[in-house]
Amino acid sequence: MKATIPGLLLLAALALLPAVSGEYYVNLGSQMLIAVIFASSLNLLVGYAGLTSLGHAAYLGLSAYIAAWLALRLGLGHAMAAPLTLLATTAIGGIFGWIALRASGLSFLMLTLALSQVVWGLAYRWTSVTNGDNGLSGLTRPAPFGIDMENSNAYYWFVLSITAVVLVVVGRLVNSPFGASLRGTRDQARRMSSLGYNVWAIRWCAFVGASFVGAVAGLLYVYFHKYVHPSVLSVTASAEVLLSVIAGGAGTLAGPAVGAVLVVLLKNYASGYVERWNMLLGAVFVFIVLVMPHGIVPGARSLLARLKEKRA
Amino acid sequence: MTAALEIKGLRKSFGGIAVTQDVSLTMQPGERRLVIGPNGAGKTTLFGLISGEIRPDAGSIRIFGEDVTKLPVRARARCGLARTYQIITLFPKDTLAHNVVLGLLALLPLRLDARTDLSRHAALHDRAVQLLDGVGLAGKALHRVCDVSYGEQRRVELALGLAQQPRLLLLDEPLAGLSQDERVVVQRLIAQVPRETAILMIEHDMDVALEFAEQITVLHYGQVIVEGDRRTVVDHPRTREIYLGH
Repeated sequence: MKATIPGLLLLAALALLPAVSGEYYVNLGSQMLIAVIFASSLNLLVGYAGLTSLGHAAYLGLSAYIAAWLALRLGLGHAMAAPLTLLATTAIGGIFGWIALRASGLSFLMLTLALSQVVWGLAYRWTSVTNGDNGLSGLTRPAPFGIDMENSNAYYWFVLSITAVVLVVVGRLVNSPFGASLRGTRDQARRMSSLGYNVWAIRWCAFVGASFVGAVAGLLYVYFHKYVHPSVLSVTASAEVLLSVIAGGAGTLAGPAVGAVLVVLLKNYASGYVERWNMLLGAVFVFIVLVMPHGIVPGARSLLARLKEKRA
Repeated sequence: MTAALEIKGLRKSFGGIAVTQDVSLTMQPGERRLVIGPNGAGKTTLFGLISGEIRPDAGSIRIFGEDVTKLPVRARARCGLARTYQIITLFPKDTLAHNVVLGLLALLPLRLDARTDLSRHAALHDRAVQLLDGVGLAGKALHRVCDVSYGEQRRVELALGLAQQPRLLLLDEPLAGLSQDERVVVQRLIAQVPRETAILMIEHDMDVALEFAEQITVLHYGQVIVEGDRRTVVDHPRTREIYLGH
């Protein structure tokens, strides 16, 4: 576990953010961390299973809508609504995975896109449940152990601790025997079958796992904004998280986190200075893909390795 | 004694072209059998049918008595079947040891473990190195597959196949693309495979192949035209006519 000490140091440094910055940056930090969890969930599919999904916003959005609906329409408390939300979203992820994994490659991508568009369409049109274009608002944040999460700092620390747990769990999973099997199905599915692995089942488990982690991100998202709108389920949202993963470095633990931070920074920070920030986002991604085709983290690693070689 | 492999009336067509026509074949446990035939004879298709990658139109396949005709590829592996491919099919970015570990892991419930670090299972790694030692590659266990020579990759394929502890091993042109020296090495390694494992091999190098085989099946246009021991097959006029060219 050579990454343990740097990881703990980074966690400690991030925990100090509220002490050295104002509420705007703390809230920005919370959004970044939620994006990191979301990108890590998609990374399980894109990076480790080799399954490129263009509909991953479905799980964040579904989770956000289900949590809001359970709390606002059924009046359930957070202790009941949160696990139900995770369960329901993961179950839907299981069904979507069963459908999408009947295909592979481009057809898989199109099926994930189509399924997420079904959910997006429902969010817009099923107004009796989703309130349509107005979205659902009025949700409160949970208060575990009596800690007031309405406070930005407390919520930031809460999200930070969940992010740390998610990254540790994802890190363990991808380095486990199951993770090795998953990477095997990505690299050589035919061989994995002939070795005796159930390639479909391994991919489906990864899909369900990715839906679950996406649902965690959705819960944190809706608690943060206290509002959910159909745009959270849009193709743009799915494309953004896919770009985060690819730009940061799919198949690495740190890559999607770096990509997600970059996207949130560009969206929230650069948009204050540049009116056409979407264009800037596009230009940055074109630059990354051209200069570091495997993403920022693998690109930086190979650059460091070359520098070390030169010195030696 | 239960046959290692029993194929009856196997048929397969792609479009209107029959590539396997009423093929029947029986192999005893531990037998070394060679499948020969000119290009397009249906040899690799036959391997695809046996391993489950291609579904037959008719006929049946039994491996050690178990009817596997309708079983998927992975289930056949669990019946004791392993195979190598004509085009090397390994995990190129992983180490040689990791490739073999994947072969070992496939047989164990441990493959479902999503919590412990794979590197903690030292016994698996040690067994992988031992298998690599068997093909003369223990010294390169930590090299990536893409960094070793083609001949060495062929040997890793063999080690990966053996990691599955097969009772029936299908070798699809294991000597293809190798230099003369590498051929000798791989040929020796195949000869060393324990007798508990029956081997069905496709090979174009007749000198090597005939030396290996106890039984030979000659395929032509998807049909078995001659079958028997070396002498019977080599002396058969049909073999000489369609395969040996005289």
